[in-house]
Amino acid sequence: MTAAVELKGITKKFGDVTAVDNVDLTIEDGEFFSLLGPSGCGKTTTLRMIAGLEFPTEGSLSIFGEEVGTLAPNKRSVNTVFQNYALFPHLTVIDNVGFGLKMQGVAKKETKERAMEMIELVQLSGLETRKPSQMSGGQQQRVALARALVNQPKVLLLDEPLGALDLKLRQEMQLELKKLQRDVGISFVFVTHDQEEALTMSDRIAVMHEGKLLQVASPEEIYESPANRFVADFIGRTNLLDGTTSDNETVVLSNGTSIRAQNSFPEGTKVSISIRPERTKITKRLEPSDPLSSIQGTVETITYLGNARVYGVKFTWLSIEVREENRPGLEVFNAGDDVTVHWEHDAISVVED
Amino acid sequence: MRKRESTEHVVEVATPEFEKTAQKKEARRGLLMALPSYLYLILFFVIPLGIVLIYSFATRNRFGGTDLSGWNVESYERIAEPIVRTILFRSLWLAILTTVICLVIAYPFAYYLSTRKPAIRNVMLVFVMIPFWTNFLVRNYAWRVILGNDGPFTKVTEFFGLGTHELLFSQKAVVLGLVYGYLPFMILPLYAAIERIDGQLLEASRDLYGNGWQSFKNVLLPLSMPGVIAGSILVFVPSLGAYVTPEILGGAKTTLLGSYIVTQFLTARNWPFGAALSFVLMAVMLLMTIIYFRKGGRTL
Repeated sequence: MTAAVELKGITKKFGDVTAVDNVDLTIEDGEFFSLLGPSGCGKTTTLRMIAGLEFPTEGSLSIFGEEVGTLAPNKRSVNTVFQNYALFPHLTVIDNVGFGLKMQGVAKKETKERAMEMIELVQLSGLETRKPSQMSGGQQQRVALARALVNQPKVLLLDEPLGALDLKLRQEMQLELKKLQRDVGISFVFVTHDQEEALTMSDRIAVMHEGKLLQVASPEEIYESPANRFVADFIGRTNLLDGTTSDNETVVLSNGTSIRAQNSFPEGTKVSISIRPERTKITKRLEPSDPLSSIQGTVETITYLGNARVYGVKFTWLSIEVREENRPGLEVFNAGDDVTVHWEHDAISVVED
Repeated sequence: MRKRESTEHVVEVATPEFEKTAQKKEARRGLLMALPSYLYLILFFVIPLGIVLIYSFATRNRFGGTDLSGWNVESYERIAEPIVRTILFRSLWLAILTTVICLVIAYPFAYYLSTRKPAIRNVMLVFVMIPFWTNFLVRNYAWRVILGNDGPFTKVTEFFGLGTHELLFSQKAVVLGLVYGYLPFMILPLYAAIERIDGQLLEASRDLYGNGWQSFKNVLLPLSMPGVIAGSILVFVPSLGAYVTPEILGGAKTTLLGSYIVTQFLTARNWPFGAALSFVLMAVMLLMTIIYFRKGGRTL
């Protein structure tokens, strides 16, 4: 099967600044693929190169096997949902949606019919004569989606399309987008800086940082076996403890404490141990525990989240976060309590610095 | 201390009457600030225009004076005479030509300008405005030298073997002078309109299979229409009533409306007819301006 989008050694420079640095990436047909990273990591530039709005400085870029490196955007069978939607303010909804078809010379009648169908699909029927300025952010978002999808692109590119919506609407749209993607069956390439959004929606995620691709994997793999310290830190909340490997079973933390941690690094490699706050348990200090998979400390801060409590537990040289779901009958600790934090040995991951 | 507390209390329980008084005060303050402008407009615009209107209905007496009696519309009827009509259409034609040429030259430039970095834009905007630092009359005389029989223009055309071109004292010279003089009035509103268009809209158009021309026609041009209309009116209106440029660069055969009106007052001594012509010209310009404000003058 030919890949929907394939990047080989793609580099993009703006003057002296390297926005995208030697990226190799394959996006399969029909998958929901996210480009995730903090702002300025090169994810939007990568998307814009696929769209044809920027041309790569080096490398090869193909869409369904066809090299498109410097092909103009109007000659590529991909469409984009822009960050602020970029709806044409002087056109009505139906004219916005029909724009692409009109440009391609599709007959007026067919353009209208297909635009109406698409407007129906995104549940905006009855609003087709409105101007974008007369619509809410969520509605504009749907128009932008319809405007892109009506052209039946081979790949849909989405540049942080949910960024401008408020939380509740954003969560609704996440599910809706995912459903839409399954219905139309084409690949969606979704750019976001929101790791939760990426985890929720994606089949696969590419994490980018400073123009480089750090890891491409499924959400589970990215969360549970991050490729390095940056990915571990960026995806979800985590505790990162610095240490050095002593063998493939054990890591010695910087204060001399040994922790049981499966790893495949040679002895003496500087690593970080990532312990997710929700994968730890907190108990009274009195109970006996396995010294290789627990740490003893004192509760320093308590953050009440409604559905959970997050304890800040202070040790001699650092403090870690422990998250406990708010279940009935749960033992609650107060600041100053002496506690033991322990975890199952498969709850942690060892990453290179 | 006690006193201050009580004042705050009064502010909190503002009544509708209180709000009304405050609004009235606000309106009065606004009027006061606008008063100098109002006075200026009334004194130098409304009253003179009223006088022109009155004179246009008056009668010219045998000695070239004007009798403010025997009111009639003869002066307006004279506008339909062939010679007047010829001048009127010629003026209209040259004004339209000037506007179109300005538009064609200014649009690409304004687009180019709006896509530059801010620092470069500012330098170029200053270049656009530099001609204003020299008096309009002086600049027109400069063109007379350039286009004259022994001027640089002729020398250049002769050098390239293109023969001698008699540009001076022709309609071409007038249009050239008008375009030169009014081009900045086209560039500036166009630039202002294009500059505020979100560049992403053009990217969206390209992404949606629009080629360069389609993107211009369907996105850039409609969105910059307020600038096109504003610039066109700012060029068309003064071109229609132009006096200095046609006088200096145009010949005797290309009398335009502005010169013709002056002739009515100074040479023919037919003040009512001159006044009627002036008033019609004013009315046309006013109409254009109203169209402009209706069509999107809000953007300037």
